[in-house]
Amino acid sequence: MTATLNADLAPVQHTGPLPPVPDGAVMVTVNLQRFNPELDDAPHMESYRIPALPTDRILNLLHYIKWYIDGTLAFRRSCAHGICGSDAMRINGRNRLGCKVLVKDLVTAKKTEITIEPIKGLPLEKDLIVDMEPFFDAFRSVKPYLVTHGNEPDREWVQSIEDRERFDDTTKCIMCACCTTSCPVYWSADAYVGPAAIVAAHRFIFDSRDQAAEERLEILSDAEGVWRCRTTFNCTDACPRGIQVTKAIQEVKRALMFRRI
Amino acid sequence: MQFHRYDVVIVGAGGAGMRAAIESSQRARTAVLTKLYPTRSHTGAAQGGMCAALANVEEDNWEWHTFDTIKGGDYLVDQDAAEIMCREAIDAVYDLEKMGLPFNRTPEGRIDQRRFGGHTRNHGEAAVRRACYAADRTGHMILQTLYQNCVKHGVEFFNEFYVLDITLSDDPANPGQQVCTGAVAYELATGEIHVFHAKSVIFATGGAGKVFKTTSNAHTLTGDGMGVVFRKGLPLEDMEFYQFHPTGLAGLGILLTEGARGEGAILRNASGERFMERYAPTIKDLAPRDIVARSMVMEVLEGRGAGPHKDYVLLDCTHLGAEVLETKLPDITEFARTYLGVDPVTEPVPVFPTAHYAMGGIPTNVQGEVLRDNDNKVPGLYAAGECACVSVHGSNRLGTNSLLDINVFGRRAGIAGADYANAVEFTELPSGPADFVVNLVEKLRTATGGERVADIRIALQATMDANAAVYRTEETLKTALNDVQVLKERYSNVSVQDKGKRYNTDLLEGIELGFLLELAEVMVVGALMRKESRGGHAREDYPTRDDVNFMRHTMAYKEGDPTSLISDIRLDFKPVVMTRYQPMERKY
Repeated sequence: MTATLNADLAPVQHTGPLPPVPDGAVMVTVNLQRFNPELDDAPHMESYRIPALPTDRILNLLHYIKWYIDGTLAFRRSCAHGICGSDAMRINGRNRLGCKVLVKDLVTAKKTEITIEPIKGLPLEKDLIVDMEPFFDAFRSVKPYLVTHGNEPDREWVQSIEDRERFDDTTKCIMCACCTTSCPVYWSADAYVGPAAIVAAHRFIFDSRDQAAEERLEILSDAEGVWRCRTTFNCTDACPRGIQVTKAIQEVKRALMFRRI
Repeated sequence: MQFHRYDVVIVGAGGAGMRAAIESSQRARTAVLTKLYPTRSHTGAAQGGMCAALANVEEDNWEWHTFDTIKGGDYLVDQDAAEIMCREAIDAVYDLEKMGLPFNRTPEGRIDQRRFGGHTRNHGEAAVRRACYAADRTGHMILQTLYQNCVKHGVEFFNEFYVLDITLSDDPANPGQQVCTGAVAYELATGEIHVFHAKSVIFATGGAGKVFKTTSNAHTLTGDGMGVVFRKGLPLEDMEFYQFHPTGLAGLGILLTEGARGEGAILRNASGERFMERYAPTIKDLAPRDIVARSMVMEVLEGRGAGPHKDYVLLDCTHLGAEVLETKLPDITEFARTYLGVDPVTEPVPVFPTAHYAMGGIPTNVQGEVLRDNDNKVPGLYAAGECACVSVHGSNRLGTNSLLDINVFGRRAGIAGADYANAVEFTELPSGPADFVVNLVEKLRTATGGERVADIRIALQATMDANAAVYRTEETLKTALNDVQVLKERYSNVSVQDKGKRYNTDLLEGIELGFLLELAEVMVVGALMRKESRGGHAREDYPTRDDVNFMRHTMAYKEGDPTSLISDIRLDFKPVVMTRYQPMERKY
């Protein structure tokens, strides 16, 4: 890095030693895309050679770099076990959660390099952080909530085990954006709602309690809706929750074609 | 600096915050400020269920639920609050279902229910099926459903706004009294400071699990809300009571739901013995968490632990069969496979207690109004969820009652906050409302000391794990207190490398560490004072409950300079509210 931010401030010299390298650790090279909007004109790659245990999550490596090498590194994370959806990133070219990929899944005796980049198709903010607003806008556009009319029951709506099972898969979505930002159509056509929004719509369209399927289908038959999907299956491959995303999109397409759920 | 004005400002967008927002936004102009994005909160990590006496699958009633909650909390529960929670639990579940929550169903199409620790039929006779659930992602479904309904109601969110202070103004109507008039936030994307002028401020900021090393909690759970309130000279209640969930993945702390034992999984020691039969002969593996966690630690301490270092026990799910695991417990099955390489279908899973939940927090009454002391409120300030202490959990929370707490008291706080806002005029902000935050942020951003944030945080977590976890003694707690105080001194020499304004997460972690240090000291000071064993607070040197001296809540106040991390803590007591349940010996 050539420039220094706030150069009038004295540089920080941390005095403590680095943490001891644990038994069983191997040295890995992390190639990381860096971008500081206050300093850089464009993103660039930097490499870090650090110790890692085979059982470490990729998130652990990012923490090591941030905590001991360069505190300016910025990325989102929270739960660290694949349920909050904060840390979607491109790991060796594939969209993954940093907390659900282990070093041993990527590193072999021959290959000790790991490349980490931000997810594609959303505006880059800093390092691995992208602007999530367009993604959430798409989600909000499909009426992602239960709609019912008329009198509600005193207790719960009755729903059979089979009817509940019909949309089980799409209730697992954690809105991490792994699917949407793996989609080549989404990269090129920024108005496409993307797989995650269709998954959200699917979750309600096929819920027997819901009464707004027609409205959602209408939204998704729009030019920026499901017909943009080219069935490349990137989304299904990328989903950290194992949702059959492409299948869900096909089910919405079929419902549109036959106007039957 | 930017100024905003809303009737109600809600801080935190987890379960409690969004449940409050759904009520508040329909009654008053409401903003939700959140350090994360709404669906990233740790409510989403809750797994097993939410208890309510629906009696969908067997006889049950909310009075039994109330009794279980009070007994489970080792009688430190405020009984009026527990009655409200357990009675309103039923509508809380129906409300969620009508909002769209996809609960698992019975063959009749009703909400299905499963067993959970400490929840019993007829005052302890046997385990009862009370927990309403959506596979093992009930918290995820609650969080998603609440967010979906916030979208439906057009709730206004300020994402990645980190609230670092509240403003208190002199009450023009009551000289000498203070009212809450707003919140001050640091915008992560820009580094800008925002002042939110409000009539009501509702804190729903979650827990502080990152005080410990081995925890089920997210990295972001650093007790910010509790810390903000504490620095205002307002009390924190019962902070020495911290829950260790029995079944964290060994070495990692990742949660494996109690719902696994609800479905029939069994804890075994190295020799395969079902050791809970010795500690809780009636309900065995479904005893409350404090008892199971203590029993597990005892097995390890007495040499019956499993594994090469005999430092964990085993959760045996193998007899449940692949279908039950895949359909009712799919997430934890995957966690064990992914993070430990153990397949629960064929092998027992290594588990050990993991720091999980703060029973204590910001004291409130049953409307969510924050207390200034035992008798007085802070008008305009509310709290709900894990950051609050109503107290419905007493010294040990029952499984699922946290999801219930956020829904019942999140709703109540949202209604109360909005009603209050509609009844009063804006009170002026104090002069220099953002001064405290500007100083806090700039001092740390420009600091040049030689200490790393990570080094101090790791040392803090290590001493809390070693000295203030499941079992404590005078000696270990004094060690912890000394360590925390030394770390506070070191913190005054801490610096961050990122000097920028945009997404300065280096600075964020530094600020979070300050809250962690502050709260750790409150926990340890309370634990030292409380010379008894009760619920989540187990003193080896005082192994029994002492109702004569300690059947009362602890209230901890920060004394002296609010801008200094190093200050004294004053302890006081608050009576426990009792209605109809007299304390008994706690046996299961």
